[in-house]
Amino acid sequence: MAKQLEKKHPLAIRWLHWISFPLLTLMIWSGILIYWANAIYGVKIFGNELFHFFPAWFYETLGIPFRLAEGLQLHFFFMWFFLVNGIIYVLYLAFSGEWRAILPVPGSVKRAVLVTLHDLHIVKKLPAQGKYNDAQRIAYTGVILMGAASVVTGLAIYKPLQLSWLTNLLGGYEWARWEHFWLMILFVGFFIVHVAQVAIAGWSNFRSMITGYEAVDIETKIPESSLNEKEGVAV
Amino acid sequence: MSEQEKKSTEIESEILLEKVREIEAAKEKAEHSDAQNLDRDNTAVILNEKRDLSEPLSDDEAKSEMSKRSRRGFLIGGATALVGIFGWRLLPDETKQNLLRRTFEFNERVSQVFYRPQRLAPEFPPELAGARVNGAEGLSGDFNLADWRLRVGGLMNRNEDLILTLDDIKALPRVEMTTELKCIEGWSVICNWTGARFSDFIAKYQPKTRSGSAPDVNNQPENLLPYVSLATPDEAYYVGWDMPSILHPQTLLAYKMNGQPLTMEHGAPLRLATATKYGIKQIKRIGRIEFTDERPADYWAERGYDWYSGH
Repeated sequence: MAKQLEKKHPLAIRWLHWISFPLLTLMIWSGILIYWANAIYGVKIFGNELFHFFPAWFYETLGIPFRLAEGLQLHFFFMWFFLVNGIIYVLYLAFSGEWRAILPVPGSVKRAVLVTLHDLHIVKKLPAQGKYNDAQRIAYTGVILMGAASVVTGLAIYKPLQLSWLTNLLGGYEWARWEHFWLMILFVGFFIVHVAQVAIAGWSNFRSMITGYEAVDIETKIPESSLNEKEGVAV
Repeated sequence: MSEQEKKSTEIESEILLEKVREIEAAKEKAEHSDAQNLDRDNTAVILNEKRDLSEPLSDDEAKSEMSKRSRRGFLIGGATALVGIFGWRLLPDETKQNLLRRTFEFNERVSQVFYRPQRLAPEFPPELAGARVNGAEGLSGDFNLADWRLRVGGLMNRNEDLILTLDDIKALPRVEMTTELKCIEGWSVICNWTGARFSDFIAKYQPKTRSGSAPDVNNQPENLLPYVSLATPDEAYYVGWDMPSILHPQTLLAYKMNGQPLTMEHGAPLRLATATKYGIKQIKRIGRIEFTDERPADYWAERGYDWYSGH
């Protein structure tokens, strides 16, 4: 009598999560095939370019050059799945109550800083949390907003005449393309941190995104407020 | 012990007891508010997040239950991933190309549902205009500007092409616009164009209609044939246009760019200039225009690009 199975991730969330992974990969891949045809962005400080997106070796290694048409074909095919997956995800969060686990509140920013300091081994104490800590809440809500922003900036580039109000709102056609590009970089950054954190969190945590459950030690005293009315192993 | 003493002791102990109770209550209250403070510092509690825990299990039970769930989860997930990867890989190239082309066509229909001809692209001050040369398909060297004529097919009551000169186009109402030309490669450049609206050209030269009655561009655009085909004189470059886009007020038969007659590399003597589609559709050095029922061939669409390519 020493363990309990905790339901961490509903079936819908697990599917939507895993489906979004190849979809995002394909959107980024096809996006880079498109970007290559006018690869103009870089990181500049005082007019000096520190890094150009992307170096020649990057294109050569991945076989990217001269595949613009293919990139456009894939981008405008998988965009529908990316969009629909995202819409279902948001609707599911809203109606299932799962939003309670990932939405931040104003105090989250302070706690997220503490979580970050804890993860960097600067402070010992971890702030109180539910399924996710406040840094995760900000990241997971943020990544949904990034998805929405990618759709919006993408539409502004895709239909700059019919949606010229939107393109103007984003600062014009060239700015919208720049924003769309940097959202992609943010996604890559999110992905790297996410995978690193999952690796650090360990197997049991990773497995819970596949099975939905995690075996947890029974707490000596489970606070009344955190117990669900429903008991027994949910199937 | 006297009766008196006994009573005072009782009272004393009662007072003591009372004190203890008070202290206990204060302690409990303090603890409670601590817990409340803690709650206020926990986003999960603020948002009323619930946990979903099973009945207590022994270590072995928990282990076997998790193994069972793991096996199932990894099998289903792995199988789905394999079907996805190999399904796509094993799909014949032709099927894939078809699927992707049909997706372009599907996207085109979606675009047309939301298309409104009155929406305009932003215009810019002419002094912002620049130029960038790109694309020489169809601009073969053996071209004599003086011999150039515009041939027009698919007109009312006419079987052979109508032959026009540049002066015929210049005779149409002259329009100037400064718009952003967008290349499908991802760059854009602001250009100033002078020319005639394609809709004015249609109104004047009367293409065939679906019903057979005279065309009425302004009131009955849906009666016009659905497509326009345009090609260079050597027919090496050709584009297909949908009628709504070519009727858009920002689609011009342009003969001037940035205030000067078109140069050879920009498509002299006459080219399309539009804010409604990518540069690949803005054919240079137009040799022939045909109004047609059938979706025209398109140079870049044949090379995997979107036939519609509309903004």
